[in-house]
Amino acid sequence: MPQATTAVPAALPQIPVAALAPWAVFFALLTTVVLFFVGAEQGAFSVFEGTAIHEWVHDARHVMGYPCH
Amino acid sequence: MTPRTFLVHGLLAGLVAGLAAFLVAYVVAEPQVDAAIALEEAGSAEPAEHSHAEGTAAHAHEHDHGEEAGHSHGEGAEVSRSTQSTWGLATGTLLLGSVLGGGTALGAAFALGRLGGLGARASTAVVALAGFVATSLVPFLKYPPTPPAVGDGETIGERTALYFGFWAISLVAGVAAVVLGRRLLEPFGGLGAVVAATAAYLVVVVGIGTALPTVNELGDFPADVLWYFRRESLLTVAALWAVLGVVLTALVGRDADRVVVAQQRREAAAAL
Repeated sequence: MPQATTAVPAALPQIPVAALAPWAVFFALLTTVVLFFVGAEQGAFSVFEGTAIHEWVHDARHVMGYPCH
Repeated sequence: MTPRTFLVHGLLAGLVAGLAAFLVAYVVAEPQVDAAIALEEAGSAEPAEHSHAEGTAAHAHEHDHGEEAGHSHGEGAEVSRSTQSTWGLATGTLLLGSVLGGGTALGAAFALGRLGGLGARASTAVVALAGFVATSLVPFLKYPPTPPAVGDGETIGERTALYFGFWAISLVAGVAAVVLGRRLLEPFGGLGAVVAATAAYLVVVVGIGTALPTVNELGDFPADVLWYFRRESLLTVAALWAVLGVVLTALVGRDADRVVVAQQRREAAAAL
């Protein structure tokens, strides 16, 4: 067997912050929108008129722990 | 191991976790939601101290405690109860699972190789565990969820601000604690760093949690139904995070193994 296999295992690869940042920013924004619509829309705030979105996600909002009513 | 692979694995794990959360919620939590709604409807004769009726005819809020007899969640609502407890519930858990999965995966991508000697599996599991504690467990303990029939429509703005405010504080404190633990690794060692970081996180969230106002709008809602609902709610959220953590850790670990094997092959080839 070649000598290389006895070498000290290389340090784990790291992902540079610059490569992650755009994904992180975009996903943070997307998360905010989803949390808003599942957790708060037509409750504390209303972007859309009515109660349909509130009712559609009603049970998830209660069970997943977001304030409702 | 790129941001792309982490994100794909995270979305996949999140979708599976959202599905698991839906199943748990449908089986164990929905009966408590129904029990609470039944109580709400039975108690509609009592003086409505927190009526949602704001006088507007368009206000078809299904939780309208309506003094008018006969109002029900099912009849008065645009979305029927059976839809709410199936497709509606699934929409919510799958959406939440996906964003939590993607977010956790990006956190794990950042943590990879940056948490001392922890390998890809361990650092991913740490991020998922921290995510559960900081964004679900601790907010649950300070502002526990309430079943339908509990909660004043007048205070929803304040309660929402308190919940998400505390949620954000806990998330920031959780991230800061992991960073702190990483810094303390050299002077304190592994156990010391974990204990110190956990203690710092607890000091922040317990301190701020004690300072923030308590929400109590229970009135005479039965304690047993409340406890069952909260227990099943926590069980659902814990199931989501557990499945998310396990699936993501497995996928990331498999990916890391492939990278190691490929690297060994390259080294072996180079040594020939």
